[in-house]
This record gives sequence, structure tokens and C-alpha cells, in this order.
Amino acid sequence: MSALRPDLAKIAYMVPASSRVLDVGCGEGDLMEVLQLQKQCDARGMEIDAEQVAKAVSRGLSVVQGDANRDLADYPNGAFDVAVLSQTLQTAQRPDWLLEQLLRVGREAFVSFPNFAYWRMRLSLLRNGRMPISRHLPGSWYETANIHHLTIADFREFLSQRGVNISGSWFFADGREIGGRNANWRAEHAVFQLSR
Amino acid sequence: MATTTAIDFRTLTLDAPLPLDSGRALAGVEMAYETYGELAADKSNAVLVCHALTGDQFVAGTNPVTGKPGWWERMVGPGKPIDTDRFHVICANVIGSCLGSTGPASAGPDGQPYAMEFPVITIRDMVRAQMAMLDALGIGRLHAVVGGSMGGMQALSCAANFPERTDRVLAIATTARHSAQNIAFHEMGRQAIMADPNWQGGNYYAGETPAKGLAVARMAAHITYLSEEGLTEKFGRRLQDRDAKSFGFDADFQVESYLRYQGLSFTDRFDANSYLYITRAMDYFDLAEEHGGLLADAFRGAKDTRFCLVSFDTDWLYTTADMREVVHALNAVAAPVSFVELSAPYGHDSFLLDVPALDRVVKGFLV
Repeated sequence: MSALRPDLAKIAYMVPASSRVLDVGCGEGDLMEVLQLQKQCDARGMEIDAEQVAKAVSRGLSVVQGDANRDLADYPNGAFDVAVLSQTLQTAQRPDWLLEQLLRVGREAFVSFPNFAYWRMRLSLLRNGRMPISRHLPGSWYETANIHHLTIADFREFLSQRGVNISGSWFFADGREIGGRNANWRAEHAVFQLSR
Repeated sequence: MATTTAIDFRTLTLDAPLPLDSGRALAGVEMAYETYGELAADKSNAVLVCHALTGDQFVAGTNPVTGKPGWWERMVGPGKPIDTDRFHVICANVIGSCLGSTGPASAGPDGQPYAMEFPVITIRDMVRAQMAMLDALGIGRLHAVVGGSMGGMQALSCAANFPERTDRVLAIATTARHSAQNIAFHEMGRQAIMADPNWQGGNYYAGETPAKGLAVARMAAHITYLSEEGLTEKFGRRLQDRDAKSFGFDADFQVESYLRYQGLSFTDRFDANSYLYITRAMDYFDLAEEHGGLLADAFRGAKDTRFCLVSFDTDWLYTTADMREVVHALNAVAAPVSFVELSAPYGHDSFLLDVPALDRVVKGFLV
């Protein structure tokens, strides 16, 4: 089993054992596999890319090919204990709708995203005056899937406006977890645990 | 119980009359079947493969009737995605067909062919017959039931009606309900058969067969199995063995010649009445209707069955949208379901052809 990305490892650690989990944008199912094998979860996935779905299915995982921007509406209310959205929020057509759906189908949600206010991003923009390209946000402005960049401060404000509870938050830089102090400029990406 | 007929079909006879959806019962049903790979001592490795409209029990190896490879030879065999080194694969000719199992060409109670006295059957009747066959073979629970097209309908029907009989369901290029368009194409084929003067109300077994009508039916159906893109790529507007149009009604175009060949060669191996009965069964297929109108209710008993559904982007006969309805219903009952739309240029026939991504999905799902 390959090592999980730090945000996924944190989510895998936090998800309660034996829970029903929907991983939205599950890719080839790295997180799902860990949740099933190590935490006896009933994990289901949704992924838009057919090749990645095929790989996940060939690992014995239950993954439905679908577009989260539309197909999440097909799941019943409260169908899952936990819904996971990792590094996908910034690619959504309507991140606000997606988050509502996530908290509708899951009793709680884990959301991770790259923080656009990370100091290297700020510095790059200040110095070069061009859209920054980084490890977590590769790709030029015209071809990137990341169409709704956000910062940790934006996300907190958004959650408070919508009355979403934050049960936990974790921050990462250079592949390591860091403390929460001044996270909006120190963190490269963030994980939030949310509930209604 | 297993016997061998003159043409070397391996068959067994069901002990009890088979109850049918029509309310009738069919006595003395013979099931022609083949098996590949050893059955494990605990009988845990049986995989039932269900064939499509005109298919047969010879899924792998060499078909002894035609001398050609089995219809899913690329998928089933030693080391293949449905690995006969691991699985005991069973494939039976469906009832109503004409390749060894009881159908309209079989002798009825009076010793004459049933012809149109054969009862109208459904997909669920086909599945019932296969479950009765498994009983006779001493196999209670399957590792998986697998099928494409009409075989996929049987796989879904098995999950809905006999969920206790299988751990997994793999349904490819199929639907939970025949659409108006699906029925329309079948009706055209049936009318072509019945318009053939040789059809004789179905009583043609002693004389000439309605081969022309059956060939037209096959030609029409064959078009629905291919994509427009595939037809254009394969034939375009190219002419057949000539440099110019004939200004007549010969097969000027390659695509005409191809369809005529497909139609004609089909009549050598298939019974016209079987074609009527099996297309009818497919047209009657509506899993939701069978279960009170809500597709999710069809799968209430199958929430612990693992499902894998596959559609193809160029299949306009049974579309991705059709398959998504099944996914939706399975999500509603929280059944563990996987679904993928694969990209392949061959239309509906993709499930039978070289699509490596399908091989990977099938292999991975059956593990």
C-alpha cells in the first residue's frame, strides 16, 4: 500500500471506524482502500475520469463514474456517515452547491483544498505578477481544472455565513502538518471537518 | 442426468415444470449448457455467464457447431479476465432459443414442433430456468452472474428476483427496461419474419424456412449494434467490387454487401420463431414494472450484492443514461455499486470486442 497524501492520511485517521463513507473525487481509490482495509469502513467513491474509475474497480472498490457537480444530487439524504471532498472544491462549478450536497448526503464532511493565500503563492504573484504554478496547483491559468481558487480565510467566512460547524481543522506545508497559527499564510493546504 | 444429443449438445432436463410469467408452465424443459474450469470443492467459484439475443452456451474455446471461437472467447478462458483457472464458468442456452435448450423448434407434447404454441416467455423466465438448472447442478450460490446486452438483463433480473443466488452482478451494455425505440426495432424485425410467405404462421419446420424475413430482421438489428462512426470508418461510401454505381439494386455499397452477408449467414444458425420469442421477452423487460413501478424496489433484496455496471459511450441501443437509472436505483438501496462508461468506437457490440479497459474492469471486479 502506497503512502497516502498528507491530507488524505489525516482524513483516514479521523474517519470513525466502520462508518459509511462517500469519497467524492476518489481518483483511483487510495483513501477508500485504506478506509476499507484499516478501518473496516464501507467506502463508496465517485470519480469523473473513466480510466481512474476502471483502476479503482479493478482494486475491488465500489466507484461510480459521475460528475460531482451534478450526480451528487442522486444520493439520498444522510446516506453516509462521512462524505469526503479532497482537493476538489476548487475545481467545482458551484463550490457552494457542492458543499451543501456534501453535508446533505453525509452527516459530516471532510474537505481539503489548496490555500491560495500560502506565502509562496503571495510572493510569486507579488514578484512575477503572474498566476502562480506550484506543486499543489500545477497547470497554467488557461488549462487548469482549478477554477475557484480560495484561501483558508475565505473558506472560514463562507462556513460561518452558512452556519456550518467546524469540528476540526488541520494545516499542511511541505508535506508536513503545521500548527494552526497564521495558517492563512503558512499553510499550503488545509483539511476541515464539517457538520450541520 | 446429463445427456448428449445427436449434435453433441450437453443438456439436462428440469425435473419440475417451469412456471412462467404468462401464467403457463413449461414441462420437460431441456437446458443446453457448457462449463469451463473446475468447480471448487466448496462450490464457491461458480460464475454464470448469460448470453445475448442470438448467443449460445459456447462462450469460450471453440464452438463445435460453427468451428469458430466461442462468442466471448476473448473474455473467458485460462488466464483471461473471467479466468477458468480460478472460476467454474457455466453458460446455458436460454429457453426460447434454438441451440439445444427448449424453444419453439423443440417437440411439444404432441411430438410436433411447438412453433407458435410455445408460450411467450420473459427475461425472468429465462433466469428461472437457469436457477433451476443450477439447482440440478447442485450449485446454490454463485460467485457472480455476468452478462452483456440481453445477458445483462438476465444478470439484473437475477439480482432482483433471486438475490440470494449471487454475490456479484456484472451487467454490461444493458438496460433495466426496453425503450419504445428498442421495441420499435424489434417489431420491425418480427414483421419482416412474419411477412415472409414461408413463415406460414410459424409452421415452417417441415418445409422452407422464412430465411429472407429473418435475414432482414437481422440486418435491421445489426445496424443498432454498431455506431455511426464505426460504420463510416469501416465502409464509408465505398463501393463493393466495382468502380462505379450500377444504377440498379445490386449491393453497390460495401455496407449493403456486409449487411446482406450478416443477414444471410444468420439464417443458417438461427430459428426464425426463436427470434420472435426472444425479442418479445426483451420487449417485455421492465424491472421496475415487475416490482410495482419503482426500480429501487426491484433491488431491495440485493443491497448486499456487489454490482458493477458498464456502458459504452458509442452504444445508442442501451445508453449510459439507461445505466445511470440503474445506478441511481442501486444507490437508493445503498447497494455497493460501481459504474463506468468506457470509451470504445464499436457501439453496442463493444462489449464483445477488443476494449482493454473492459478486460481490466471485469478482471478486477471478479477478484
